[in-house]
Amino acid sequence: MSTEAYSEYQLVVGLEIHIQLSTESKLFTAESTAYGQPPNTNVSVITLAHPGIMPKLNKKAVEYAIRMGLACGCDISRYCIFDRKNYFYPDSPKGFQTTQDRTPICIGGVVPVNLKDGEEVNVKLNRIHLEEDAGKSIHDEHSDESFIDLNRAGVPLIELVTEPTIHSADEAMAFMTEIRRMVRYLEICDGNMEQGSLRCDANISVRKKSDTELGKKVEVKNMNSIRNVGRAIKHEFKRQINLVEEGKPIITETRLYDANTGTTFSMRTKEELNDYRYFPEPDLSPFEVTEDWLNEIRLSMPATPRQLRSRFVEEYGLSVYDTEVLTSEKEVAAFFEEVCEKTTHYKQVANWVMGPIKSILNEQEGDEITIPIAPEQLSELVEAVENKKINSSLAGKQVFPYLVNNTNKTVSDAISELKIDISGQDDISDIILEVLGAFPEKVKAYQNGKKNLMGMFMGEVMKKTEGAANPQKANELLRDALDKKEKEE
Amino acid sequence: MKITKEIVRKTAHLARLEFGSEDEDQIMNDLQKMVDWVDKLSEVDTERVEPLTTMSSEINAFRDDKPKPHLPRKDALKNAPKHNSEYFTVPKVID
Repeated sequence: MSTEAYSEYQLVVGLEIHIQLSTESKLFTAESTAYGQPPNTNVSVITLAHPGIMPKLNKKAVEYAIRMGLACGCDISRYCIFDRKNYFYPDSPKGFQTTQDRTPICIGGVVPVNLKDGEEVNVKLNRIHLEEDAGKSIHDEHSDESFIDLNRAGVPLIELVTEPTIHSADEAMAFMTEIRRMVRYLEICDGNMEQGSLRCDANISVRKKSDTELGKKVEVKNMNSIRNVGRAIKHEFKRQINLVEEGKPIITETRLYDANTGTTFSMRTKEELNDYRYFPEPDLSPFEVTEDWLNEIRLSMPATPRQLRSRFVEEYGLSVYDTEVLTSEKEVAAFFEEVCEKTTHYKQVANWVMGPIKSILNEQEGDEITIPIAPEQLSELVEAVENKKINSSLAGKQVFPYLVNNTNKTVSDAISELKIDISGQDDISDIILEVLGAFPEKVKAYQNGKKNLMGMFMGEVMKKTEGAANPQKANELLRDALDKKEKEE
Repeated sequence: MKITKEIVRKTAHLARLEFGSEDEDQIMNDLQKMVDWVDKLSEVDTERVEPLTTMSSEINAFRDDKPKPHLPRKDALKNAPKHNSEYFTVPKVID
């Protein structure tokens, strides 16, 4: 099909993001939420839905949900109840999920995100509500049985629902990236998509740009990385347009994303005809969010990435690009701020963090982020270069790697152990004479007015000193030596 | 509200109940009686009454976020119709 046909259509996406709250215990019961435990060991009579049990709400889960709501500029509901969402599926032994249908804890809200081209778009939220997670079903262990592990059943989630106002895969990815960053900054979720602590379902439809009504939507699940969210959306966009162009109907259904092929396929479960028959959960008492409690949460809340970005621009005079890079991971931003308490050469600190430190972090595997150098070490290193104690090339090539390998050592330790000559004057004088001796023609040209040969001499000197010379000092000495030669002749 | 065969079948499916078609008429009549009986409540004017969501007058019954010891797996699996040493097992739920 021609690309013109695609351009006649508009993509319409709404996202539902499930964020697993990093509380220690479950939403309504006291068993541990630790990931990766042996199957069915984090379960209680409440999770198993034995008769006569009474659930009780985890206060911290409510606070975490409110943090996210405040960070997204939502209205926080002051009076909440829970509802039962009724359905039969083996990973939920009660026969219903306890969720918030009528009184979501957070209503509305907006998350501004920056697209690659620098454009800022606002993603509108519909709501954020509290609910419990289901257990896990394992379908591939046995030919005609599914295995059920209920460790995850009852783990607290917030579900964040956007309005269907996302119109490109890039926008969806930028939004997911920002949400992941936010939950990690707010310390309410580890943001791990591989392990499913952060999950994204996308409601995708297409319509002719001239249409005002929305097309039939398809729900896509099983995208376990931000990149896959983008790929799934791009694939669905094309698939649905192709169907429309061929005059075939789009079926409202749930499809799963296959990361191996980059395509989606219909999830045919044996459970059809859903009618959730929501009604208020009578076993849980309602809860109220008072002004005092809300203020307490507001005051104790860690900064959001957005707050940090504007602080970095204002306090440290950094560019928008620099602040984007520095705040991409919470740990990196915190490290940057710590170093900036010890030195005022903010831009230099930023350069070290975005250059050599980032490249080490990029090599690290998994989601864990370990900053390879201590904040004191980096501030000392920046100061040493700024005070011309060592030059930047030496700092980068020798001192920095030394400090990374010896996080308990100081810059002075590095200088003495690496036998770095910080005076350097005599050594360089010899080298300068050597260089000038090797290029008599060029020296003459310089003396005849080709002053821009200075750069070439400097280059040779730096090459011979393996970058160890202080460029400013070397420049001075070089100029002196050339002047001296001139007088000699 | 008129209870139709359609409603009976849908409700049966949602509740995972199975019965023969010969019982359908009887169930439909019984269900109609129940619904009519409850419908009596509609006669009360509830215009300015807040919906009642719980029988308790308690509010903010919170629990601190502290894990506590729970069930050993052996006990957790014990009452299930089917299980192996680690998992509850059920008829396959996905094609």
